[in-house]
Amino acid sequence: MEQGLEIRWHGRGGQGAKTAALLLADVAFKTGAHVQGFPEYGPERMGAPITAYNRISRDEIRVHSNIYTPDLVVVVDETLLHSVDVTAGLKEDGSIIINTPKKKEEIMDLLNGYKGKVYTVDARKISVETLGKNFPNSPMLAAAVAVSGVMDKESFIREMRTSYEHKFAKKPEVIEGNMKALVMTFDALAKDLEKTA
Amino acid sequence: MPKKDRLSGNEAVAYAIRQVNPDVMPAFPITPSTEIPQLVSTYIANGQMDTEFIPVESEHSSMSATIGAEAAGARSLTATSSAGLALMWEELLLASSNRMPCVLTLVNRTLSGPININCDHSDGMGARDTGWIQIYAENNQEAYDNFIQAYPIAENKNVHLPIMVCQDGFITSHAVQNIELLDDDTVKDFVGTYEPEEYLLNIGKPVSVGPYSISAYAMEAKKNQEIAMENSKEVILKVARNFERISGRKYGLFEEYRTEDADYIMLIMGSAAGTAKQACDDLREKGLKAGILKLRVFRPFPAKELAEALSGCKCVAIMDRCESYNGNGGPLSMEVCAALFKYRVNTEAVSYIYGLAGRDFTVQHVYDIFEEIDAAVQNGTQVEQYKYIGLRE
Repeated sequence: MEQGLEIRWHGRGGQGAKTAALLLADVAFKTGAHVQGFPEYGPERMGAPITAYNRISRDEIRVHSNIYTPDLVVVVDETLLHSVDVTAGLKEDGSIIINTPKKKEEIMDLLNGYKGKVYTVDARKISVETLGKNFPNSPMLAAAVAVSGVMDKESFIREMRTSYEHKFAKKPEVIEGNMKALVMTFDALAKDLEKTA
Repeated sequence: MPKKDRLSGNEAVAYAIRQVNPDVMPAFPITPSTEIPQLVSTYIANGQMDTEFIPVESEHSSMSATIGAEAAGARSLTATSSAGLALMWEELLLASSNRMPCVLTLVNRTLSGPININCDHSDGMGARDTGWIQIYAENNQEAYDNFIQAYPIAENKNVHLPIMVCQDGFITSHAVQNIELLDDDTVKDFVGTYEPEEYLLNIGKPVSVGPYSISAYAMEAKKNQEIAMENSKEVILKVARNFERISGRKYGLFEEYRTEDADYIMLIMGSAAGTAKQACDDLREKGLKAGILKLRVFRPFPAKELAEALSGCKCVAIMDRCESYNGNGGPLSMEVCAALFKYRVNTEAVSYIYGLAGRDFTVQHVYDIFEEIDAAVQNGTQVEQYKYIGLRE
C-alpha cells in the first residue's frame, strides 16, 4: 500500500463531517502534502449516518476507493457507537477520537475491544462555549490534526484562520468563535497526547 | 506559471470552463454534475467570465440550445449526468450528424434502475453510438486537462464533431485532490478563438442546418460523419502533443502503465485505473508481471492500437463499469475482443463487470483479478467469462 495517512470520519448528516474532511484536506495541502478528501454519497438526509475520508501522503495519491484500514477514525457523533462498527479495519497501532463528554474508560465497551489509542473530546461543550451552538466539526477537525500530527498547532491555527476568512466571508462574526474552538480542543488534547507519546 | 491547487473534479472542470470562456452554456442541474453549471454561473455573476448562461427547463432543452447556439456560430457547451444524458438522446445524434463541435462535460452516473446517484459508465456507454468523441478521465487533473483539449479537437476542420469529456461521478467529481492549473492566458492561447466556417448568423453566406435528406444523399452524410470520427484519432494525438508543450503532461489514446514486459494486463477506464496502478505496483513487488492499460479515448475506438498493445501479454482482464444486458459481456469487453480477433491477436481475454451504481472498487479486487488470471494461465484452465466483481455474497 501507499505510504501515508488514511482517515475515516463518521458523523450524521448536517454535523459537518464532510466539511471537516474537506477542510483537513485543505490545510494538509498547505503543508505541501498530496491530499484527498471525499465523502461517501448516498441518499443524504439530516441525521443519517455518513462517512467521509482523507488520504494524506508525501507521494501522489492514485487510489480512488473508500478507506477500509484507516490509521485514524474520527467519530463526530457519539450515538453512532451503538449502530456503526466505527473501529472496523482500524489499525491496531492507529487511533480513534470520539466526541463525547464521557471519559475513555466509560466508552471502551462500545469499541469492540479496540487495542489502539482512544481519545475523547467534548466537542459539544467546546462548541457551545465558543460558538453558542453545537457545531462539533471545528473541534473534531482540530482533534484530528492534533492526534495525527499532520501539522503543528501554530501552522494549523494560521492556515485555519485563512480558510475561515474565506469560508465565512459573509458571516465574519463566527470566525473568532471557531478559532477559539480549535485552540481549546488542541489544548484539551495536549495532556492526553503527552501521556501516550 | 502553473499554479498548484486542490480542487474537486467538478471545481476543476468549472475552472477550465472559466479559462476557456465559451460563448454559450445552456444547462439543467442533475446530480453529480450540478456543481459545474452552478460554479460557472457564479463565475459569470462575479464578472470573471462572460459566457451567456441559459437556465433551461430540461436536458432535452439544454442540448437543443447548445446545438442551436453552436449552429449560430457560438462556441457552446453543457453539462449533465445519467438520466440527463438519456433525455438528450435525440439531440446527441443531431449534434453529431449536423457536425456541431460543441462540448458536453459528462459526470458519469448510473442510469436507473434501481434509481441511484452513484458512478458507473452506463450513461456514457449508452451514448457510445451517438457519434460523439468520448474521452474519460482518471482524476481531477485529467478532467481539467481533457476539457482544455476538447475544443481544439472538436473544432478541427477535419473533425467537426461534438465531444464528451467524462469523469467519474462523486469518485472524482466530489473528491478534493491536488491539481496543477495552467495560467488563464496559456489556456486561452491554446484553445484560441473560434472561427466557424459556416454558421447561421453569417448573413453573407446563408446555410441550412438540419434539413431533410433524401435516401439518395443521406448515406453519404453518414459516411462523412464516420470519416470525421476516423480523422479525429490523429487530431486527438496532435492536440495532446501540443498540450504536453504547455503543461508537461503527456496524453494519448490510452496510457500504458508497466505493460512493456507484462504477462497480464488489466484494461480499465476512469478513476479505477488509479486504484489499479497502485495495486499493479504492489503486485510487481511480489514478482507478478502485471500491467495496466488505461483507455482514455473510447470514441473513436482505437481498435488496432489496442490490439497491438495487448499482443505481447498472456491474458488481459477487460474491465467494464457498465452492464450491456446482452448476455455476452460489457461494451468495452466486446469491442476489445472484436479488435483482438480482427487483428489476429491471440491473447486470452476475460471480461469483468465492476463498480456498478457506485459499488466500490478496491486494490484488493485488482489483486484478486490478477491472481485469478495468473492461476488460470499457469494451470491451463479457463477463467469464468463475464464475471461480476465485488458482488455481495
